[in-house]
Amino acid sequence: MPKRTPLYDRHVALGAKMTQFAGWEMPVRYAGIIKEHDAVRQRAGLFDICHMGQIEVRGEHATAVVQRVSTNDVSRLPVGKAQYSVMCREDGGIVDDILTYRLAEDRLMLVVNAANREKDYEWIKQVAAGLRAEGRYGPQAGEAEVADISDQTALLALQGPAAERVLQRLTNDDLSAIGRYWAAEVKLLGALQALASRTGYAGEDGFEVYCSPADVGALWDAILDAGKDDGVVPCGLGARDVLRLEAGLCLYGQDISEETNPLEAGLEWIVKCDSKPDFVGREALCRIKAQGTPQRLVGLHMEGSRIPRHGCMVLAEGERIGLVTSGTYSPSLDCPIALAYVRMPYAREGSVVEVSIGPRHEREPGRVVSKRLLDELNKH
Amino acid sequence: MEIPAGLKYTITHEWARQEGELVRVGVTDHAQNELGDIVYLELPEVGRWLAKDEPFGVIESVKAAADLYMPVGGGIVEVNAAAAEDLDTISASPYEKGWLIAIKPTNPSELDGLMDAAAYEQYLAEA
Repeated sequence: MPKRTPLYDRHVALGAKMTQFAGWEMPVRYAGIIKEHDAVRQRAGLFDICHMGQIEVRGEHATAVVQRVSTNDVSRLPVGKAQYSVMCREDGGIVDDILTYRLAEDRLMLVVNAANREKDYEWIKQVAAGLRAEGRYGPQAGEAEVADISDQTALLALQGPAAERVLQRLTNDDLSAIGRYWAAEVKLLGALQALASRTGYAGEDGFEVYCSPADVGALWDAILDAGKDDGVVPCGLGARDVLRLEAGLCLYGQDISEETNPLEAGLEWIVKCDSKPDFVGREALCRIKAQGTPQRLVGLHMEGSRIPRHGCMVLAEGERIGLVTSGTYSPSLDCPIALAYVRMPYAREGSVVEVSIGPRHEREPGRVVSKRLLDELNKH
Repeated sequence: MEIPAGLKYTITHEWARQEGELVRVGVTDHAQNELGDIVYLELPEVGRWLAKDEPFGVIESVKAAADLYMPVGGGIVEVNAAAAEDLDTISASPYEKGWLIAIKPTNPSELDGLMDAAAYEQYLAEA
């Protein structure tokens, strides 16, 4: 029986086409993927992302626990700041990609993918128990320090250039004071307590708003109402996928997984091999970093009309040199685009490649570009 | 979901309409709704001969690609260039303006073996 967010009835009433995703019934689209994509790039779009997971780590040793599971460094993360990271296994394989918030000196919140919520919760508890067993901190630290607060946390994303001015209509708190990757407690609609975070998954300005499940319906309605003259529309997972792919953002289960490491995925900037002495996977990742990765996740700018899909082969000079992990049509670039693992030396920008598409293995020409495909727009 | 009476339907969601000697073909309302925004269409050349159930083209949306299959075998005598120019036509009018090809069938009785509107509706309900 798939789970439903508190906004399910609203999606159906809005005429959304629903789908099952990570055990949840979610809206794929309302007016259409391309219309919703364009709304986000030009104005703003509202996403129900209540299905995502939130895990709180609190207590005297919260930072130590998060430092152990996360490849990025939270030791100097100030209260109110967010940070992108991954959690890895000992061999460097990725458990999940996460957003870490420091909510207080002794309280961190990890926002995780819906599909990995239970796995991540068990993993963090396991690592915390390991730290305790090592005698890293005193016997008063217990399992209560790691809590899955997903059921008590609802989440909306308002993304696009108009997001701030629309959301500002709902609060007297100054949203312009919240910088990129910062979050602040705000009061919306007079009495609704929420955490407004200037983060997102669309490659645009915008806010992700955390509130209680009891309040999220009223908040959804208020945002759509406040934004209707600005052309704010509800957006589904279909548009969300196109937007994030254009922005070069990874999707767990497609571009990254337990079988990939963050270095080959181009995420070396969040793997603090040099400055962090201790995190799970450090030894393997430092070794890989020193040796270099034989393949890299790159963007593909396609010259034909067929769309590369997950699993399509990438070829150069007749030989297989890679595999597509995500593909779509890009409304911003008006061409098909993809992310693919490509082996060196072909994984350099400008490499000419072919992608084998469809049951008849039609070869479509393309070019290796930076993962952040939107940058291509600035070149023309 | 629109399922006009008087048309025949395939399990791969094409419709077929007898028009005198010809059989006109397109994708059903269900198909275009499943696909979403259509971004690519590949149609055969006029004059091509294909058997029943052979793929005659490809239709692709942002989220998925699908082969198009001949509901009956025969020669391709018309191809809807206007729909290929403006792909939105297919979603907007899948049974009229959004037709894809017209076939001169080699064996017109192949049409009888396809589902009628009631059977297709049942087929969709069971899926």
